[in-house]
Amino acid sequence: MKLAATFLGVVVAVLLTIAMIFTAGWSHPPIVGQQNGYRGTAMVQITTPSAEARLKAANALPDPVEKASASGDRAVDVYKNVQVLTDLSADQFNRVMSSITQWVAPQQGCAYCHNVENMADDSLYTKKAARRMLQMTRHINTDWKAHVAETGVVCFTCHRGNPVPAFVWYDNPGFPHAGGFTATNDGMGHPNSVNGSTGLPQDPFAPLLEEAGTIRVQATEALPKGTGASIQSTEQTYSLMIAISNALGVNCTFCHNTREFGQWPESTPERVIAWHGIQMVRELNDKYLDPLKDVLPANRLGPLGDAPKASCATCHQGAAKPLLGVSLAKDFPELGGSSQ
Amino acid sequence: MAMLSFERKYRVRGGTLVGGGLFDFWVGPFYVGFFGVTTIIFTGVGVAMILYGAAIGPTWNVWRISIAPPDIKYGLALAPLKDGGLWQIITFCAIGAFVSWALREVEIARKLGIGLHVPFAFSVAIFAYVSLVVIRPVLMGAWGYGFPYGILSHLDWVSNTGYQYLHFHYNPAHMLAVSFFFTTALALSLHGSLVLSAANPAPGNTVRTTEYEDTFFRDAIGYSIGTLGIHRLGLFLALSAVFWSAVCIIISGPFWTRGWPEWWDWWLNLPVWR
Repeated sequence: MKLAATFLGVVVAVLLTIAMIFTAGWSHPPIVGQQNGYRGTAMVQITTPSAEARLKAANALPDPVEKASASGDRAVDVYKNVQVLTDLSADQFNRVMSSITQWVAPQQGCAYCHNVENMADDSLYTKKAARRMLQMTRHINTDWKAHVAETGVVCFTCHRGNPVPAFVWYDNPGFPHAGGFTATNDGMGHPNSVNGSTGLPQDPFAPLLEEAGTIRVQATEALPKGTGASIQSTEQTYSLMIAISNALGVNCTFCHNTREFGQWPESTPERVIAWHGIQMVRELNDKYLDPLKDVLPANRLGPLGDAPKASCATCHQGAAKPLLGVSLAKDFPELGGSSQ
Repeated sequence: MAMLSFERKYRVRGGTLVGGGLFDFWVGPFYVGFFGVTTIIFTGVGVAMILYGAAIGPTWNVWRISIAPPDIKYGLALAPLKDGGLWQIITFCAIGAFVSWALREVEIARKLGIGLHVPFAFSVAIFAYVSLVVIRPVLMGAWGYGFPYGILSHLDWVSNTGYQYLHFHYNPAHMLAVSFFFTTALALSLHGSLVLSAANPAPGNTVRTTEYEDTFFRDAIGYSIGTLGIHRLGLFLALSAVFWSAVCIIISGPFWTRGWPEWWDWWLNLPVWR
C-alpha cells in the first residue's frame, strides 16, 4: 500500500513537472527590449523576435484603395437614401463602399449589407449597423484626436476582414452559482483571457468600460488615512489594467512608474493617451455600440441580450499602436481622417 | 574588541591559495592574506566610485543617491562613465570584493583544517548578486537590465521589474524562494528557542543535555532531526531560498516575457480537464 502510494505520487509529480516544463510556453534569448523610462528604472517593454514577427504578420495591411476625387457628381444626387456620407462625391462614396467590402465583408460582398435588387433599401440590419458605424468612425477621427491623434481609425482597424470584429465583449453572466444565501465570489477566481489568467474579476469591462466606475484606487500618500478604495473596486481596476496590458502587448511600465502608480508626473505620456482612450471607449459603448442591440438580430447579441461592445483590444489587438502605427485613415478623408 | 588569552594558538601559518607567506599575517584580530588585500583594494575603488557618482549626482540624501546602469541601447558594451560606466566599474569592483572575501574565507578554513561550508554558503549569495547584474543582463543582451545602486532606487527597480510581468507573485520560482525564506525563519526560530530552553536555564536550574532537546520535539511532533541535522537543514533551507531567488529573476525576461499569471495556463490546459 505504502509502495503503491509512493509510486503513484512519483508518477503524478513527474507528469506535472513535464507539463510545466514543456507546455508552459517558455521563450528563450535573444529578447528585444524597448526602454521607456530613465536608465535603471526597469521601465522596459520586452518581447522576443518570434513574438514580434507574429505580431507583424497579424497586422498585415489590406491592399490600398485608389484615391477618389472630391469634386464631380455628389453622392446624394446620384444615389438614393444617403444619410451619413452626404458630403462626398459619388466617386468618394463608391470608394468607401468598396473599401468597406474589402475590410468588413470580403467573403460576403455587397449583399452582406445591401438588398442588391434595391441598394437604397434599408431592410437588412447590417446596413443600419454599418451606417451607425460610419458615424462612429467619423466621430472618432474628428472628436477623439486626444486618443487617436492624426493616425485615426478606419473600419479595418477593428474588423480586419471580419463582419464582427474578433475582439468584442458581451456582458458576462458569470459561472453558474447556487444563489440564495450562498456566498458569491463576485466573478473572481475564474482565470480567463481578459483577466490575464489571474483570479481577478472575470469581467472588468461592464463596470469600468460601460458604466463609469471608479478606476482611481491608488493611495495618494505614503501612509493613507481613512478607508481608501474598496478591495472590490481595486481588484476590478487591476483586472481592467491587465486586460489593457494584454490588449496593447505591453506591461504595466508602459504607462506607470510603479513606485507611484497614481502620480501623473511620474507616469509616461502614454498614460494620458490611455486615459483619453478609456473615456472614448466608454462613450462609444454608451452612444454607438450598446444601442445597436435594438438593431441586431438575436444571434449577434450576447448571452444577456446586449450588443457586442468595444474594449482596448478591439482596435489594438495586441499592438501598442493599432496596425503597428500605420495610418489608413490619412488616406480616407471620406471617413474623417486627416489627409496630409 | 577584546582578544581572549587563548586565541593566539589558533593562528596557524600556511594554507594560503596564492602569495605563499607574503600576506600570511594578522592585523589586530583580522587575518589579512592576499585576498584580504584584494578585498580592501576592490572595496576602496568601488566605494570611491560610488562617492564620485553621488558627487556628480543630484543629491547627497543618502536614501536617494543612485548609481544607475547604462541605457539599454549600449547593449553589452562599455558605456560612458557618467552614463552608466560608473555602474559597470562599481559592479566589477563589487564582484571582485565579494569573491576576494569568499577566497579569504577559504584560506582561513584551510588553515584550520575545517570544511569549506562557510565560503560555499557565501558563494551562493554572490551567485544571487551575479545573477542580477551579470547573468540576466548578459542573457537579455544589455547591462541596462541590472539594478541601480541606491537605497530607494533599487526598490523602485524591483517594483517595476515585477510589474513587467504583471504580477510577480505568480512566478513559480519566486513562490519557492519565498516559501524557503519563511521556512528558514521558522527553522531558525525553533532551533534558537530550543537551544536556549535547554542550555540557558533560569537561575537555580541546571543545564539540560541534548537528549532533552530531542525529546521535546519527539513528544511534540514525533520526530527530532537531531543536533547535527538541524544545521544541515538550516543550511539547505537558507541556500535553497537564495538559489530559487536567483532562478526566479534569471527566468524573468530571458525565458519568460509575458505576465507570470499566464505561465499557469499549463495547469488550466492539462489534458485531464482542458
